[in-house]
Amino acid sequence: MSHKILSKEQLSENVFTAEIEAALVARARKPGQFVIISLNNEYAERIPLTIADADAEKGTIRLIWQRVGKTTAELADLKEGDEIANVAGPLGKPTHIENFGIVACVGGGIGNAPLLPIAKALKQAGNKVCSILGARNKELLILEDEFARLSDELIITTDDGSYGRKALVTEPLEELCKSEKKPNQVFAIGPAIMMKFCCAVTKRYNIPTQVSLNTIMVDGTGMCGGCRIEFDGQPKFVCVDGPEFDGHKVNFDLMMKRLGAYKDLEQKAHEKYQKHRCKIGLDKT
Amino acid sequence: MTDKERQQLLQKLLEKQSRDKLTPSDRFEIPPQDMPEQDAAERRANVNEVALGYTPTQARLEALRCLGCKKAPCIKGCPVQIRIRDFVCAIADGDYTQALAIIKENSLLPAVCGRVCPQEVQCQQTCTVGIKFKDPTKAVSIGRLERFVADLDKDNASIPAVAAETGMKVAVIGSGPGGIVAAADTRRAGHDVTIFEAFHKTGGVMVYGIPEFRLPKAIVQREIDTLEKMGVKIVCNFIVGRTRAIEQLMKEDGFDAVYIGVGAGLPRFMSIEGESLIGVFSANEYLTRANLMRAYDFGKSADTPIVQSKKVAVIGGGNVAMDSARTAVRLGAEKVYLVYRRTEKEMPARVEEVHHAKEEGVEFHILQSPKRIIGDDNSRVTGIECLKYRLGEPDDSGRRRPIPIEGSEFRIGLDTVIIAIGNAANPLIRQTTPGLEFNKWGNIVVDENCKTLLEGVYAGGDIVLGAATVILAMGQGRIAAAAMNEYLAKKKKSI
Repeated sequence: MSHKILSKEQLSENVFTAEIEAALVARARKPGQFVIISLNNEYAERIPLTIADADAEKGTIRLIWQRVGKTTAELADLKEGDEIANVAGPLGKPTHIENFGIVACVGGGIGNAPLLPIAKALKQAGNKVCSILGARNKELLILEDEFARLSDELIITTDDGSYGRKALVTEPLEELCKSEKKPNQVFAIGPAIMMKFCCAVTKRYNIPTQVSLNTIMVDGTGMCGGCRIEFDGQPKFVCVDGPEFDGHKVNFDLMMKRLGAYKDLEQKAHEKYQKHRCKIGLDKT
Repeated sequence: MTDKERQQLLQKLLEKQSRDKLTPSDRFEIPPQDMPEQDAAERRANVNEVALGYTPTQARLEALRCLGCKKAPCIKGCPVQIRIRDFVCAIADGDYTQALAIIKENSLLPAVCGRVCPQEVQCQQTCTVGIKFKDPTKAVSIGRLERFVADLDKDNASIPAVAAETGMKVAVIGSGPGGIVAAADTRRAGHDVTIFEAFHKTGGVMVYGIPEFRLPKAIVQREIDTLEKMGVKIVCNFIVGRTRAIEQLMKEDGFDAVYIGVGAGLPRFMSIEGESLIGVFSANEYLTRANLMRAYDFGKSADTPIVQSKKVAVIGGGNVAMDSARTAVRLGAEKVYLVYRRTEKEMPARVEEVHHAKEEGVEFHILQSPKRIIGDDNSRVTGIECLKYRLGEPDDSGRRRPIPIEGSEFRIGLDTVIIAIGNAANPLIRQTTPGLEFNKWGNIVVDENCKTLLEGVYAGGDIVLGAATVILAMGQGRIAAAAMNEYLAKKKKSI
């Protein structure tokens, strides 16, 4: 099966998007699902990536990723026409979509990517969609146009005030919860800390909140348990029980610590790769 | 015994045999042949195979220990009823090709099974020689003999013949031992067979679970290569249930029969405090990182990291626990403890693995089990608090039940805990395949032919049996394939 990169674009300093051939995944995938990719058949790392969009007829999926480690950096260095060796999926349970009435879709940073297909499906199901997108600064905000097209209301926040409101996403979220447009359901996807505080807000207003978790995974099919979180005091596997969970029952603090389990090793690998690409001149392109 | 002494002994015995004068007591006197092994100190630092294999002289001497019992109780001990007596006899005669042909009548993976079968509770448990010495490890070393002849066939010259194409399509889900056998046997009958594998590499538990030092990946690859030479198609990165559902495979993609051999795959945890701390792994994760992703080469040729542990406790007493402990040794841990709540006698691990683990410096803590896992402010493991146990009356498994001793708490300082207490059934097929029946543990219910409630759908191995062995999975793959071949023949006639 071929997984050629048909087009690639840089969305911000460290965020990239590519349309790749993946006919079977494109046909099967539903909002909320992800793929596991690896870049060679030998001993490349397997990493989970969001499916931001798909075209079943064309047989393509759209991936969006942030350059954080060696594999995501290598992926960012691939060009149109290059092949991705392995794309497995779609994985995870699809999002439960129904007409809730008013929904708030809260995205933070790269979290806008998994949020996009969910927001689209919610809109199609007849919901009134209010999107709140947050980023550290204007440059890091992604998918604004796509969300503008599908949202009944769009609120942008930046940490530094370089664009939209100078606030964290929790501020407009809380205002919304207090208003007559109080959402019946909230979807919050982004950094763990953002999801944690969004959930703290919605819990106060008793609004059900789905979060999508991006924990460390190896196989993505339920086999390793590396992605496990504490949910309502019980272990749950993000890959087969999720990736979406009732955010009010997720132990975010523990999850954040687990996300950092390999930080030092990942950092070393990434630095080594950066040195290597300098040597072969990739950094000049 | 030196090699020369062995050769002399063999000559003497063969000469005696040729005069029909070799008595059972002569055979009892032949010293059991030890397996040549990598030195324990040396192998702690590499991942190469530990057992090096018999020389031809050793193999023939070992084979001559076989009494050739009329009733051949060894065969009854074998889950797939290999004609053990006859193949051992062929080895004694020096006819290795014949020996392999006999094995291959019933087992397609002799190089694998010769290495990983728990012979001491199967064929070697019922062996008359072992019974005579009251010790299954002193029985004829059937597994080592099986491995010996299998390894001689390095280029897999013996590719099974394939019947004329039937035009019927078979989907095999999972490329583990059961899937390999089901694929081979249905392909032999002339069906168009495709294996769907969820991972990017084929071999299932034989590549992600069982370590290189016990089962070299090249051996598994040889079996996969044979399948491809037979014309079996292999599709990786295909998650049945997600990429396509079984119903889609059958109704839209034209598959006439399906074999589900997806394995057990969902690691069990202990439901104790601290299991989510950083530094606590399922054995599956630890072994997958090390084996499938080759994390021991992290920073060189591999990109998947693995924890760099100093003090490790592995919880459990099965083969997977031994594999994890011995992998931790090879990854450079200074101390590796194996914590098991019963005694060594009740351990489900193969005797040889227990022996090897001890040789490699794994410290056994028996009659102990963690009560909770302790971590620091950063949620990293710092130790476990254990309880001591004693053995009570036998439980359902026939093993004596472990009973915690109240107030016996004590601590072990650690940075890594690996939990190897078994797997539950992976829920993926269950979530996505209406019409199948599952038992209370989530395993698929099948009849004696491995047939499920869905027409044309068969299942076997760990997803049916719970955690079992390579040979049992293989046996079920074979039973299912026979039933599928029969089903497909009927189906073809009715078209």
